[in-house]
Amino acid sequence: MGSSAASLGNARERLVRRAARDIVPGSVVNLGIGLPSKVAEFLPADFPVCLHTENGLTGLGPAVPLEEADRNLIDAGGAYVGTVAGAAFFDSVTSFSLVRSGRLDLSILGAFEVAANGDLANWKIPGKFSPGPGGAIELAQKAKKVCIVTTHTDRHGNPKLLRQCTLPRTGTACVARVYTDLAVIDVTPAGFLLRERAEGRTVEEIRAATGAPLQVAKGPLPVF
Amino acid sequence: MPLPDKLEGLESAVARIPDGAVLLVGGFGVPGTPFTLLRELERQGQQQLTLIRNDANEPGTGIDRLLRSGQVRRLVTSHIGLNAHAIERMNEGSLDVEFCAQGILAERIRAGGAGIPAILTDVGLGTELAAGKTIVEVEGRPLVLEMALRADVALVHAATADPFGNLTYAATARNFNPPMAMAADRVVAETESLVALGDLSAENVETPGSFVDAVVPLSALTEDYGIVCR
Repeated sequence: MGSSAASLGNARERLVRRAARDIVPGSVVNLGIGLPSKVAEFLPADFPVCLHTENGLTGLGPAVPLEEADRNLIDAGGAYVGTVAGAAFFDSVTSFSLVRSGRLDLSILGAFEVAANGDLANWKIPGKFSPGPGGAIELAQKAKKVCIVTTHTDRHGNPKLLRQCTLPRTGTACVARVYTDLAVIDVTPAGFLLRERAEGRTVEEIRAATGAPLQVAKGPLPVF
Repeated sequence: MPLPDKLEGLESAVARIPDGAVLLVGGFGVPGTPFTLLRELERQGQQQLTLIRNDANEPGTGIDRLLRSGQVRRLVTSHIGLNAHAIERMNEGSLDVEFCAQGILAERIRAGGAGIPAILTDVGLGTELAAGKTIVEVEGRPLVLEMALRADVALVHAATADPFGNLTYAATARNFNPPMAMAADRVVAETESLVALGDLSAENVETPGSFVDAVVPLSALTEDYGIVCR
């Protein structure tokens, strides 16, 4: 695994590697399009987990190079993928039955914005980039746990972690934890709580890049 | 008592689609997209179509060709992020797009195919997707009323079919094809492989032929169906 990991850059690789560490053995996990899908590359080869992709597959395997690709076998982001032993194919009705009925333990998604109460916006920037919700509405609302992997700020340097979402929401109060290039931050009843900092980053730097009040966990802050 | 033969030529199968038709179009990205039926629809030029389809394909392929030829008035979909042209058309107002949560899109189609007029769900409550929809309170819970989707014609892509229209699908080329193959007044299935009646194991049939009206065998797979180098 990991042919494309090298192209992620150190900061992004660190954050997806950190997110992979929290995946619970035995769980059913959906990894969203883009950066979230890279989390799989940092799971040990013998790690017991069932990866789901909403276009109709459980037992998703690693991405495959084009010369080995099966034209009928993609993930929800359109990447050519393989399967692991025991994989199953099904239609979109069955795929979302799995999501909505409580069988999905963890959804890892990307974000345009995350609010201090756990609201998520990731499907529409009105008049600019509106890809549509895809499966994200149901993944955000119905997975037992929702985590976000994202850069801490957008490409213009604006914070993505805010007091409130300014963009149309994907889900309300759904996010449990956010992994960024700067920090690991939990969403708590008291708002954002800084749990860990990325190597070389200070609490003040993280606070300055965050658009909402940031509590800091007691005790020495782990570094990832 | 042989089962009826529903084999039909490409041109005549597509010619039954009138202007203004509502169409279900199978596929999720490339896999399961009925590219040959769509190319013929482009050639015949039916106008004012409403398409119900998970995504907008990628620029220059699949339903994007119908968007470019000006044949599509309205698109009901879940995600068009891989098609900048579709987003542009939506933003400039020349294409009416209704977004639907992906699984609810599937479930609305399933309901249409199952003879159920509408479904109730909490999916999308508190988001823009529920705006303007009827909210029904059931046992104290607010739920969104989502209307079933049924079409005049469904265009689906099968891996294997027999002349009666029993269908099987390949890998992730299933996606929306099985529910769509149940949810239209007329169901047209293009198939990569045609086998004789009895050659498909009855235990392996995924769409029973009684839902299907026309079987169009593909003589060759065009490059539309191939690996996409992005």
